[in-house]
Amino acid sequence: MTLRTEPRIADPDGFYAALMEAHRGLDDAASRRLDARLVILLANHIGDDAVLLEAVALARAAGAAPSACPTPSPAAPAEGG
Amino acid sequence: MASTYTNPRFPFRRPAALGRAAAEEVRVVIVGGGLTGLTAALDLAQRGVPSVLLDEDDTVSEGSRAICWAKRTLEIYGRLGLGGRFLERGITWNTGRVFFRDREAYSFDLLPEQGHEYPAFVNLPQYHAEEWLVAACEETGLVDVRWRNRVGAVENRADGALLSVETPEGPYRLHAEWLLACDGARSGVRRALDLPFTGQVFRDRFLIADVVMRPPFPAERRFWFDPPFHPGQSVLLHQQPDDLWRIDFQLGWDADPERERESDRVAVRVRAMLGPDIPFELEWVSVYTFRCRRLERFRHGHTFFLGDAAHQVSPFGARGGNGSVQDADNLCWKLAAVLGGRAPESLLDSYDAERGPAADDNILHSTRSTDFITPKTGAALAYRDAVLELAEAHALARPLVNSGRLSRPAVLADSPLSTPGTARSAMLPSGSPPVDAPVLRDGRPDWLLRHLNAEGRFTLLAFDHTGLRAPAAPPGVGLVVMAEREPPAGHLPNVLFDHSGLAARRWGCAPGDVLLLRPDGHVAAGFHAPAAAAVRAAQGRALGHAAP
Repeated sequence: MTLRTEPRIADPDGFYAALMEAHRGLDDAASRRLDARLVILLANHIGDDAVLLEAVALARAAGAAPSACPTPSPAAPAEGG
Repeated sequence: MASTYTNPRFPFRRPAALGRAAAEEVRVVIVGGGLTGLTAALDLAQRGVPSVLLDEDDTVSEGSRAICWAKRTLEIYGRLGLGGRFLERGITWNTGRVFFRDREAYSFDLLPEQGHEYPAFVNLPQYHAEEWLVAACEETGLVDVRWRNRVGAVENRADGALLSVETPEGPYRLHAEWLLACDGARSGVRRALDLPFTGQVFRDRFLIADVVMRPPFPAERRFWFDPPFHPGQSVLLHQQPDDLWRIDFQLGWDADPERERESDRVAVRVRAMLGPDIPFELEWVSVYTFRCRRLERFRHGHTFFLGDAAHQVSPFGARGGNGSVQDADNLCWKLAAVLGGRAPESLLDSYDAERGPAADDNILHSTRSTDFITPKTGAALAYRDAVLELAEAHALARPLVNSGRLSRPAVLADSPLSTPGTARSAMLPSGSPPVDAPVLRDGRPDWLLRHLNAEGRFTLLAFDHTGLRAPAAPPGVGLVVMAEREPPAGHLPNVLFDHSGLAARRWGCAPGDVLLLRPDGHVAAGFHAPAAAAVRAAQGRALGHAAP
């Protein structure tokens, strides 16, 4: 399996709002731990090492050079995977 | 300070070569009478190979060094005749318990299954093991242990190594056909040959305190992340015999090592941990930093490096001493085979080919543990704490907690000595260490591993229905037959009854399956109903002979 990158969340605004709500009232360190817990829970749910490593590489690339990171198409080969 | 142990002092004996112009000729010289060197000397002696063992000191190790002896190490010492003493004298434990802040996060069992002669771990100070090894070496009559013999210059030659040795009564020279450098992390042989020892230094300091006390803790490994009594750092607790406990306090890179060694200061840390009601006495205190590094190659001509002289790891995971014992286990049967004319010299290259990856594996695990225990960035700290916060309620996070991945025996995957492609897929793969199981021998309870590699030989381990049939073992190869059902009268010799079925299950074998085991017990090849020629070919390959 490869990382699915087409939009899949049914209620994107609702999900985003829930994320923000989860962070409300937390200081930076606590927020960081919340995100980390979330990553670990979701990573375990996915449970596919290849997909996880692909996601890590994609996340890293998207942050490192925004202008050089085209929107990936589902057919594109895995980046670093 | 308390003292539960007094180091023996071994006498200096004047070497015969002292004052002679010519170098003394010796086939095998071992430099370093520590855990690794003594283990190698005993292993070689039990294979009939004499050696000269040089040690610059006159005693066994001082203070708190290796304490956790892993199952595979205990099995190796079982083969060398010392396994029972570890069980009797040491503290057996199988459970690890992890705490985060003021709560228990979870616990794990390292040997969840019964039916092994040895437990996951036995804790025992290194000096006891070394004392037994010295006595066992002396008993063989084949190990010439020379205390207070310090090696100076080393010249690596095509036909061996020329050593300059200094003693209290003067110097002498020794020519070793084969040299085993077991002289520790600061190896003088390694420095004399100017070989780079490279790797990573960790920017952290740890305090080791050995404490005499009688606390109400069970015999288990306890690890605290960020506990209230030592905030922001980690603490590790192990029980040893004689009411001796070892505590490792993480101190951080900025700690002042001189000051942290002061007894009063250490006592305050221990008191904070134990609370007001448990009396204790300090026995040993040291502050250390650690590093992971290795030699690029463990064989240099006729010189071999074993143990810390070859590779060094952080203490988390008990991979130092246990890795060193496996080095000796790996090299000694090969050297004995070469010296006995049964194998070509090229067999010795497989020591590096097999133990190099094992050292890399130990360094990898040890480095990962250290990175988890000592987070170096805000992100690393957040992830570590997130994992620990989840671990108590959610099993999914527990595999990510890394308080030390405890030593496992090396699987010699891709070994040049293994014969690929002849085993059924269910069978224990080539390169695997042997696996123990309870058996009955002539109706009496016994252990499988006790019967493998008798007299240091290869073993053909054959699985059969009743022990009436087995393939013929090649000359020099021992035969052990595992019977699925109770063997009837007239069965073959060396038949063990696999009454619980555990041997068949653990080795992945059914009647007709046959494994060829090397003299160190590792699987060289697996077959189903093999022809005699196939077994002979696999043995030849495991001895380093070129394929016909």
